[in-house]
This record gives sequence, C-alpha cells and structure tokens, in this order.
Amino acid sequence: MTSPLRLCVRRSPAPDAEGAATLVTLRLPSDVSCIEEAVELVTRHCLAGHAATRTIRFRLQVVLSEALANAILRGNRESLDKWVDIRAELHDEMIRVRVTDQGSGFDPDSVPEPIRPEQLDEAGGRGLFLIRKLVDAVQFNDQGNSICMILRRH
Amino acid sequence: MGFTQTKDQSGVAVLQVEGQLIVGNRQELKDLVQAALDRGERRILIDFSRTGYIDSSGLGALVSISKRIREAGGELRLAGLNEDLRSLFELTKLDTLFAIADTPQQALGTF
Repeated sequence: MTSPLRLCVRRSPAPDAEGAATLVTLRLPSDVSCIEEAVELVTRHCLAGHAATRTIRFRLQVVLSEALANAILRGNRESLDKWVDIRAELHDEMIRVRVTDQGSGFDPDSVPEPIRPEQLDEAGGRGLFLIRKLVDAVQFNDQGNSICMILRRH
Repeated sequence: MGFTQTKDQSGVAVLQVEGQLIVGNRQELKDLVQAALDRGERRILIDFSRTGYIDSSGLGALVSISKRIREAGGELRLAGLNEDLRSLFELTKLDTLFAIADTPQQALGTF
C-alpha cells in the first residue's frame, strides 16, 4: 500500500552516539498505513553496506512493525496531530533502534504473557512478547513511551 | 502487498498472502475469509509461500479467522511458511493452534 504521506530518512554521521558510524532518523504520522513503508525504509538503511542474513532482516522488519503499531495504536491512539519518531544507531556489530511516541506511556511489566493456554485463543497481546523474543535486548524509558531495541548483526 | 484468491480442483478456497500480513491489511484478509464463508466455502487454505513477514496483528487476525471458520463448521490449513515465519508461530505457541503443512500441496492433501 502506498502512503500519500511523504516519509524522509536522514542519514548522517552520529556524533552523539558513541561508536556509531551512522544515525538514521525518521518521523511518521500516527497512521497505520504508513507502517509498511517506514519499515522498508528504515530496514534498507539499517542493513545498507552490511551482509545481512535473511533472519536478521526478518527480525528487524517484524520488531519495527510491532513497535510502530504499538506506538500508533496504543501510544498516540491514532491521533493525526501526534508523531512517531524512529532513531536508529548503526554500529558494525549491532543496530540500536529507538521508537518514541507522544502518548502517556505504559508499564511494560504489566503486559501478560500471551503463551499461557488460556491466552492462546486471544487475538491480541503478542506484540511486546515477540519483540522481546526477536531482539537481543529491550529497554524502555521511565515514562514508557519509548522503546529501545538492540539487534546484533550476527 | 495483497491477497490472491483461487480455488483448487477439489474445491478448496486458497488465499495467498503476497508481501506482509500486518496491522495495515489484516482486516482485508479477515473480510476475504468471511466472504468465502458467506459463499458456502468450508475448506480454506492460507498460503504464505510469498509472504515476507507477519506481525502480531497478523497472527491475531489468523486466530480470529480460525475461530470463525471453526464456528462455521469449516477447516483451515496454513502452508508455505519459511523458517523465519514458522518461528513466529513456535515462539507464540500458535503452532499448537493451527494445522500447518510445509507446502500448499501437502495441505490440500489433508482436507
């Protein structure tokens, strides 16, 4: 699906990120129809110049999609006057991606595990669980409106 | 990104997911399955051979679709998942909820 909204990736040296060669930032509106395009743009820039396995590409695509969906639907509640910011620090060994919304935040520890037998038949509740399983480390800010995901390249 | 709908020689409705199954298009797949059920189809195969990635909204849509088909007295099969896609079902234990075949041909043989 092509979004009518223009997305912009800024690729520049990252003087504020210790040891990072490149900083990629992207701001998108709180519209789920922008997610696919944003994921493709950020993934392409994160993997450029590196030999990425299919699994690394896949994991980055899935966790970006999850984090953006959470930010748009739950954080910003699809309010079109709110933005979602992506900030990716690209290192030789790993990628650190932060997704921040303008919502009031949530307590990540309050999210129940979705793999209990009584939960399996539920349609929702797997996003954060999948992120935690697919990346090497996950951190939240104190407010709970910004998630930082670290994915090793190998 | 989209869906292709065909019918197998034996009458199984086959839906192929091309590209991603994510929050932006999950409703379209649910609507296609509902339309198939409304037409009287009761054997449905969803083929992921040409799918890039699935997010948790896509997995949730498949759970909802499975319930609808079951309630209508029908059968659902999933097929064509590559190793990465299959890992999502295994991590979330959804591989225990769905009948998953390696290939569409194998899935068609199990109806």
